[in-house]
Amino acid sequence: MLKFLFTVIRRDVLLAARRRGDWLTAQFFFVMVVSMFPLGIGPEPGMLRTIGPGVVWVAALLASLLSLERLFADDYRDGTLEQMLLSPYPIALLTLGKAIAHWIINGIPLLLIAPLLGVQFNLPAEALWILVLSLAIGTPILSLLGSIGAALTLGLRGGGALVTLLIMPLYVPALIFGAGAVEGVLSGTGSEAHLSLLGAFLMMSLLLAPWVSAMALKVSVE
Amino acid sequence: MNLYHYASPSTFYPLAGKLIPWFAALAFILTVVGLYISFFVAPTDFQQGEGYRIIFIHVPAAWMSMFIYLVMAFWSAIGLAWNTRLSFTMARALAPTGAMFTFVALWTGAFWGKPMWGAWWVWDARLTSELILLFLYVGYMALQAAIDDPRRADRAGALLNLVGVINIPIIYFSVKWWNTLHQGSSVSLTRAPSMAMIMLWGMLLMALAAWMYTIAAALARSRTLILERERQTEWARAQLEGQS
Repeated sequence: MLKFLFTVIRRDVLLAARRRGDWLTAQFFFVMVVSMFPLGIGPEPGMLRTIGPGVVWVAALLASLLSLERLFADDYRDGTLEQMLLSPYPIALLTLGKAIAHWIINGIPLLLIAPLLGVQFNLPAEALWILVLSLAIGTPILSLLGSIGAALTLGLRGGGALVTLLIMPLYVPALIFGAGAVEGVLSGTGSEAHLSLLGAFLMMSLLLAPWVSAMALKVSVE
Repeated sequence: MNLYHYASPSTFYPLAGKLIPWFAALAFILTVVGLYISFFVAPTDFQQGEGYRIIFIHVPAAWMSMFIYLVMAFWSAIGLAWNTRLSFTMARALAPTGAMFTFVALWTGAFWGKPMWGAWWVWDARLTSELILLFLYVGYMALQAAIDDPRRADRAGALLNLVGVINIPIIYFSVKWWNTLHQGSSVSLTRAPSMAMIMLWGMLLMALAAWMYTIAAALARSRTLILERERQTEWARAQLEGQS
């Protein structure tokens, strides 16, 4: 069982490593979206500090949605996905592995870039640390919930925009708790409560999302 | 009477046709009586003046918007569990009405908010979660519209619907919490002043009217959906030829 999970993860990460252009697009998308905000709003440090956490988080949502469309699509197109579904292992393991791989490929780089972007927004060091922490807990949620959307919209017209429409409302709690944690540090109310709730949401997504995603995959492929 | 008898599209179709006029008539009568009570019988509110009367539309619409999503989730769950086509059809037929009520609730809420709060829109917990509910309806309908294969559309929609229903309480509480941390909302809807009995009656009648309207609209829409899906069967053909 675990071996199967690791094989799925390893395969996806390897594929992404061989085609760097694909995943770099999502990362640069993230950086660019975040950098557009000061240009649109103005460079006042106080204002930037207030909106910084929210902007970084919203950009993280968009970047994860951008890359989600491809989560199952490539394997579906060349027929690999059907073979994978025929394997004797539970499909939930496959979707879990895919979501974890998506997080490794798209989530971890986000964590590494986020402090730099936070500096652009004039966030103090303490808040930067919490920003990374909140993204570390929050981005797996994005990958897990997103895998449901990717499975539901597999092979449909306008898949990308459709995933956004379906999944964005479900991301709301992650966004609120994630950005709220950083905000809490800035306003001095502390971030533990937000981070705990974010963690709880992660646990729930971890328990439910792979199964729902597996069911959705079966619906879409059959 | 055997209820399962009507679980098949071919028997449900004529039953729905017979029921629609009744529910539509009930909806009409209740609306007329409800509106009469709301606008002519109910006294003017001493704090909010005449403007408060919008709640007679607003509150029933908001109730229905949430209730319909739950009913949809119920049909989705039944459909997934017992693989009944008709349940999916019901969920699908309810969605546009639910979205309509959500929109009406937001719209009338804005009209009420302008004179009472001095703003068309505030990021109050209820308003925000209602807005997200509208997004959930839109997502459901967009997914249904994008899938050509009806069997897949049914199941995919049902799954999304159920995920949404699990998420709604989380969304509501996260939004509520976010709001209280950001800024204390200056006006709270929960501190509703004790309402005059007649106002409550007006509201209840309007809520019943909305309920009856929802049933009639959903039945009418499900009839169309059934005909569309069963168009290759004999009885549906007979129906279509009889109409044209």
